[in-house]
Amino acid sequence: MLSGGDMLLRALHDEGVELMFGYPGGAALHIYDAIFNQDKVEHILVRHEQAATHAADGYARSTGRPGVVLVTSGPGATNAITGIATAFMDSIPMVVISGQVARDAIGSDAFQETDMIGVSRPVVKHSFMVRQAEDIPMIIKQAFHIATTGRPGPVVIDIPKDVADPSETFPYEYPETVKIRSYSPPVKGHSGQIKKAVEILMQAKKPVIYAGGGVVQGDGAEALTKLAKKLGYPVTNTLMGLGAYPATDKQFVGMLGMHGTYEANMSMHESDVILAIGARFDDRVTNSDVTKFCPDATILHIDIDPASISKTITAHVPIVGPVASVLNEMLEQVEASKQKIDKEALDAWWKKIDHWRERDSLAVTPAGGELIKPQQVVQALYAATNGDAYITSDVGQHQMFAAQYYHFDLPRRWINSGGLGTMGFGLPAAMGVQLAFPDAVVACVTGEGSIQMNIQELATCNQCALPIKIVNLNNEALGMVKQWQDMQYGGRYSHSTYADSLPDFVALAEAYGHSGVRIEKLSELGAKMKEAFAMKDKLVFIDVAVDPNEHVYPMAIKGGSMSEMYLSKTERT
Amino acid sequence: MRRIVSVLMENQPGALSRVVGLFSQRNYNINSLTVAPTEDPTLSRLTLTTIGDDRKIEQIIKHLNKVVDVAKLVDLTEGSHIERELMLIKVKVTGAQRAEVKRIADIFRGDVVDVTPTMYTIQLTGTSEKLDGFLQALHGTSVLEMVRTGVTGIAKGEKVLSM
Repeated sequence: MLSGGDMLLRALHDEGVELMFGYPGGAALHIYDAIFNQDKVEHILVRHEQAATHAADGYARSTGRPGVVLVTSGPGATNAITGIATAFMDSIPMVVISGQVARDAIGSDAFQETDMIGVSRPVVKHSFMVRQAEDIPMIIKQAFHIATTGRPGPVVIDIPKDVADPSETFPYEYPETVKIRSYSPPVKGHSGQIKKAVEILMQAKKPVIYAGGGVVQGDGAEALTKLAKKLGYPVTNTLMGLGAYPATDKQFVGMLGMHGTYEANMSMHESDVILAIGARFDDRVTNSDVTKFCPDATILHIDIDPASISKTITAHVPIVGPVASVLNEMLEQVEASKQKIDKEALDAWWKKIDHWRERDSLAVTPAGGELIKPQQVVQALYAATNGDAYITSDVGQHQMFAAQYYHFDLPRRWINSGGLGTMGFGLPAAMGVQLAFPDAVVACVTGEGSIQMNIQELATCNQCALPIKIVNLNNEALGMVKQWQDMQYGGRYSHSTYADSLPDFVALAEAYGHSGVRIEKLSELGAKMKEAFAMKDKLVFIDVAVDPNEHVYPMAIKGGSMSEMYLSKTERT
Repeated sequence: MRRIVSVLMENQPGALSRVVGLFSQRNYNINSLTVAPTEDPTLSRLTLTTIGDDRKIEQIIKHLNKVVDVAKLVDLTEGSHIERELMLIKVKVTGAQRAEVKRIADIFRGDVVDVTPTMYTIQLTGTSEKLDGFLQALHGTSVLEMVRTGVTGIAKGEKVLSM
């Protein structure tokens, strides 16, 4: 016989949960007492509920296992919303348990009451209100099933305080299987459609494989690499898909989209067949006018979510199914096919792509003297970590520089908020990654704007002894906002600068019990970066002064096709 | 184009708000909505009418299907179907008008379900088009109040929407 609170912890353990992130409060205190009385599920105390969700998110993205969050009612629950929305936009499996006021107080505007089911509804895959303690095991089972299958996403479980009351106990049994009659995610792609897609793919003269976050989340990276190698076709990854195909491989043409490489965007625009896998033709990829999108391309689109197919760009061959299984089936069919790839056309296509590559759209022009370009920081980071770190990022210019200049060869190594674009994501996400992989090198590439949105988590890092390396691209301004103001608002920097009021980040890190290093000279960048990463057991805040006037390029030209880009402040296609 | 989408879903608290929320969240229209439990009390049947081009309707149907509480759904307008709506209308009628309004109600097979010396309440069922036609026929009559249930519908023939 167990209380509701004890049942919850037992069920989490039976579900395989080892780690959860949270913050206590009145309505969650019975549950927190149950946490105190067990040692199976470890709880990490964050300093803000938003950070709990991002940490669980980082854990989920890096491991593939669902992240788990526990917060109290009212402000605890609403503070978690940004992180839930972040996970929802990027299809990350997460289970968020929120305390709620007691059942008889619901609807009475009680202290710290908020309608969490209602508030979270647009940003969750599903939600549950626990009405009686006996339902806890089945609801936990269902919640994890929904969060992790099909297109993954966050699930909220709202638990009224009295449901977890320690004085009332109930028999406990964890269900072995789960079946939800109204929920049946696809388990396999349609073989006829796959066959059709393979035929078109093998006849292509100017093909491109466009792989997104679904390949990472759907554990399809290996299958994608095999298929791409077999075909010899160029591969581009979305921001969310980086690492789905090894970035250092010669078939990789770089990231596509708004800040994608010249060769990736040109390949897309001139292609005759696009194999889109676990990608959703996001507006950061297609550019704003979809009527100009890849005019000659036949679109083959694989996605687990039928609603992602033909949403913005009509697919000629839609395939609904898990990417890994569909890709494996495609590979089998390609291998068994009597049809030959048009070698001659493919060679000509590669020649064209190599010609675009020669443009070297990511070449870094030194600023001159000792001034450091932000791109050079990411290059130094790549060198200091041998390209083998987990990199989390916040949102802005630094995020794009990290995506462009850190070459991810493995999936689940690049952890960023692509869909919602949540500043403040990077540091807590890095905590989740470091806790999942205590021995791995974890770096958070951030800016002085984003890092201040969850800076309080330096305390959590201290408490948990997390040796994260924070690489702060400090340009003393909201760089991406400033870039847009430069390009579209006549250089009027409305509320994007604050150079006179920035904290001393080294002193700040030290105040939280960590180490800090400030880098201001290009000649010292490489060595100091290496030194920081040599401090294996310490969190080091690496504050790098970078060129404040740098823009991210290439950059898609608004209203244009994918072939229309600014390549620098003075050049465009 | 106007569509009638019929949804079979879990009769659970919160299910309706998830469906309705989807429409506001994604900027889809709902023209009418009816919902009630089915012969299986654990399931509800929700019927809604919406307007959109084929692309929009395809997205609406895909997104409705994604709602975990939604078991099955059908776009009734894709096949032959029966649609019905019920209207109660309170009209001010005096003198010679009383006979005239009664006659119009009879033509439309409406029933006068409540009477006072100065008004009728008429009940009418049929397609939305028929109900609109009745309102047009009453032109010149003073309508005091009108309520409509919104459209419900069912496929013709042996096709059924069930688990």
